Amino acid sequence: MENKLIILIVIILGAIAIAQLVRVYELSTKLRKSAEYEVNSRDNNLNARLMFLFMLLFFGSVIYLFVNYGWTGRGEAASIGGIETDWLLKLNLAIVTAVFFFTNFLLFYFTYKYVKKPGVAAFYYPHNNKLEMIWTVVPAVVLAVIIVLGLKTWNNLTGPSESDAIKVELFSKQFDWTARYAGKDNVLGKFDYKLTTDNNELGLVTTNTIDSSIRIMLESSTGIRSIQKLLNNRDTVLSDSTINVLKTDLSRKERLVRLLSQMKQNHNKKLDATAWDDIIQKDTLYLCKDKEYEFNFRAKDVIHSAYFLHFRAQINTVPGMTTRMKFTPIYTTEEIRKRRNDPNFQYVLMCNKICGGAHYKMKMIVVVKDKASYKKWMTLRQKETFKDKYFPAPVAPVIPVAQVVTNTPMN
Amino acid sequence: MASIAHEEHRHAHGHHDVHHHEENFVSKYIFSQDHKMIGKQFLMTAVFMGIVAMMLSILFRIQLAWPGESSDFLSFFLGEKWAPNGVLKEDMYLGLVTIHGTIMVFFLLTGGLSGTFSNMLIPLQLGARDMASGFLNMLSYWFFFISSLLMLVSLFVESGPAMAGWTIYPPLSALPQAVSGSGTGMTLWLFSMAIFIASSLIGSLNYIVTVLNLRTKGMTMTRMPLTIWAFFVTAILGVLSFPVLLSAALLLIMDRLAGTSFYLSDIIVGGEMLANHGGSPILYQHLFWFLGHPEVYIVLLPALGLSSEIIATNSRKPIFGYKAMIGSILAIGFLSFIVWGHHMFVTGMNPFLGSVFVFTTLLIAIPSAVKVFNYLTTLWKGSLVLTPAMLFAIGLVSTFITGGVTGIILADSALDIAIHDTYFVVAHFHIVMGMSAVFGMFGGVYHWFPKMFGRMMNLRLGYAHFWITIVGAYGVFFPMHFVGIAGAPRRYYDYSVYGEFDKGSFDMIMDLNVVITIFAIVAAFGQILFLFNFFYSIFRGPKAPQNPWDSNTLEWTTPVEHVHGNWPGELPIVHRWPYDYSKPGSDVDFIPQTVPLAEGEEEH
Repeated sequence: MENKLIILIVIILGAIAIAQLVRVYELSTKLRKSAEYEVNSRDNNLNARLMFLFMLLFFGSVIYLFVNYGWTGRGEAASIGGIETDWLLKLNLAIVTAVFFFTNFLLFYFTYKYVKKPGVAAFYYPHNNKLEMIWTVVPAVVLAVIIVLGLKTWNNLTGPSESDAIKVELFSKQFDWTARYAGKDNVLGKFDYKLTTDNNELGLVTTNTIDSSIRIMLESSTGIRSIQKLLNNRDTVLSDSTINVLKTDLSRKERLVRLLSQMKQNHNKKLDATAWDDIIQKDTLYLCKDKEYEFNFRAKDVIHSAYFLHFRAQINTVPGMTTRMKFTPIYTTEEIRKRRNDPNFQYVLMCNKICGGAHYKMKMIVVVKDKASYKKWMTLRQKETFKDKYFPAPVAPVIPVAQVVTNTPMN
Repeated sequence: MASIAHEEHRHAHGHHDVHHHEENFVSKYIFSQDHKMIGKQFLMTAVFMGIVAMMLSILFRIQLAWPGESSDFLSFFLGEKWAPNGVLKEDMYLGLVTIHGTIMVFFLLTGGLSGTFSNMLIPLQLGARDMASGFLNMLSYWFFFISSLLMLVSLFVESGPAMAGWTIYPPLSALPQAVSGSGTGMTLWLFSMAIFIASSLIGSLNYIVTVLNLRTKGMTMTRMPLTIWAFFVTAILGVLSFPVLLSAALLLIMDRLAGTSFYLSDIIVGGEMLANHGGSPILYQHLFWFLGHPEVYIVLLPALGLSSEIIATNSRKPIFGYKAMIGSILAIGFLSFIVWGHHMFVTGMNPFLGSVFVFTTLLIAIPSAVKVFNYLTTLWKGSLVLTPAMLFAIGLVSTFITGGVTGIILADSALDIAIHDTYFVVAHFHIVMGMSAVFGMFGGVYHWFPKMFGRMMNLRLGYAHFWITIVGAYGVFFPMHFVGIAGAPRRYYDYSVYGEFDKGSFDMIMDLNVVITIFAIVAAFGQILFLFNFFYSIFRGPKAPQNPWDSNTLEWTTPVEHVHGNWPGELPIVHRWPYDYSKPGSDVDFIPQTVPLAEGEEEH
């Protein structure tokens, strides 16, 4: 409170001080009697020199920043595609930095050189087609080079992955990442968001998970039956708004459960195996050096962006659709630590699309191992597949949905 | 037809003069239909909104430089609710960033720049009595006013203002469960923007009609000052692109309020499984950026137009390559409609489509380069009078180059993958769009202040303002490039998370963030000089002469005291283009457009 008072007092005193200065200034201009707004040659020359001085300072600071910070945080690229990206980035930076220095120099130099001088008239020079041609064609040629090189790299980075690329899914939600390895068959099991339960956070599709979801939708404490019971109970009095909320909830759940039962009818049991051997991995993503990875991305709630800055790879994760990206790590975590001379350095997967309050905390540490230790780790993990961990015993079959959901589809 | 309408128009106004159009306070200052007053109303509102947006940026810059440290300044403005113990809340950080961006882009740089100067200058520089429809013009301002008010109100609602970034991508903006600002705050944001779009549309239609129909005798399209060309193309861009934003906003309003699924599919949020299926969040992004990219030029073209006029006048030389300048404006305007996909390279869009957008986007660099070299050649062998307006116009050319060249890197999809949504982008658009447009606006205010208020601004304060602003703003935005190359994502509340995995980046980002914030505070204080100079000069500045800068354009032939209908007698007749500065064979270094060609004199 005192602080606010002090701030207010300072503001008021400041305003009074300015008012006093203004009075002094007004009196002094009356004494001088000159037209205060006319730019005299002193003003002109001073500002022209300041322009030149500013250019020197500006260029100096830019060079200082380049030397000190240019590549400090970025470091070396750690993937095959990343090396290509960085080469192209350096080339482009060199071109645009040269243009930046050249044109800014001309601008400030001309301002300095051609400031109004007594007796020197401006040169009437309205147009020159040849000059116009030069600065249309030269940039066009340079841009053509930039475009061709850029698209070549773009095609390499976004093209299809090798057929033996390791398939990994990254699942994003507020505010963390979950990885799913495809398991022994290197095929990711199918998923459907409606199957998401505590035991099946990624919504994988198997006969058991469908049954389990239907059961929860029907029988859990907030399930369809409890809601129906609550609404039909004549002994409890509910407010209109509560009834509305419950009814909306009920119709939503009934719609979902109908869709689930459809899914059950259409489900091909042979596909269960592709999901059962998947491996769900939290906290840290382990990758193998020199192996190509094909990542599938999903989002549970809002758009996130998977940003592997050290591998120079990025793609948005979008609710309702799957996005893809590939890269091949080329240095293990141990190796990159030596190369960057930072014993605690870690690769990281960050979220790079605004996704809510804790957006800045949403990340996953990435560890790249050499082939031997990756294989060792993977063999251990393969003993904890999706089935082993979450559905060791089969789920009891559920009652057909039609018997429970009685009323007509939601309006 | 047009000429007949024109004659009648003139006649009608001649009539007015006989009767001495008496106006009361309300019709003169509040519900005014006079384009000069409406221009000033836009300027005042936009300046106020600009101050608010700048203050918001200082608030979140304090958090970025000294994360987690208690600040009296923050608790003074945000109170215990949003800054408990003087530490900014995460949600409010996003709210501040969102509203800062929205106000700056739409309310200051669109409403303030195009609204002020199109209104002020189109009739004056074309030799028209007023806008084609004074009433619609008045509506345009009052819609703008209401939408500004709604946007400000949204800062004070209990669940906080919109927090999804100024681009308000759904699902984040559609789901109140995802972030608190997507409740009432976002509803207000959407309604405010819907009204803003209406304002912008009415204004733009009026500008287009006025430019096409109300040019005075002799004012052919190729004798129009470049300011008018810029406003004209800007208005066309606005008319074609803003309705698309309106549709994007309406669909979002429907998703939020009517349970539709335009942008929503397969979502579980806050433990609730939504039944929405089949929508696409990417659809919103296409719609948004179909406006969003032309919007950049809606902001930039008026600034370039103003600076063309200021640079030609104060170089005492014709603008170099007048027709090439018009061609560039048209080319930029056209291309701006087919480049929106470069904002979406990493959304999972088809890579081939990405390649097409790379190509079209990089094409824009060509007309931009032409404009820069034409400015440089205009300065070359000129006789420069460095007024504050001229300094700002030169500053604009510098920021247009500096921010423009980094656009080449971002437009290259392969490179965009690695720097998309990092501080490199923040640096790029703040320099090329923010600084350039603000410099254009300041230049415009310093240059046309005598026309707006009949008084002169103080020269020394103007100089001081320029130097503090250019040093401060470059100091803020240039280091951001390096933070971005290091890979720091934008819209992070606290960069000390880097400490957990990369000490080198951590040190660098934290150091540069302090530097940036200090420059931002200095630059903000510099604006006090401008505000003081501006308001002080309105009331107590020295009286302006009729043509203070020895300029050729028509607005300087009107009397200093504003009259209804702009010219007391007949409308001026135009005989030449507006850039006859230092023409050989003339005694003076400027020949106003109203002077007939001398015998044997050739038009440029």
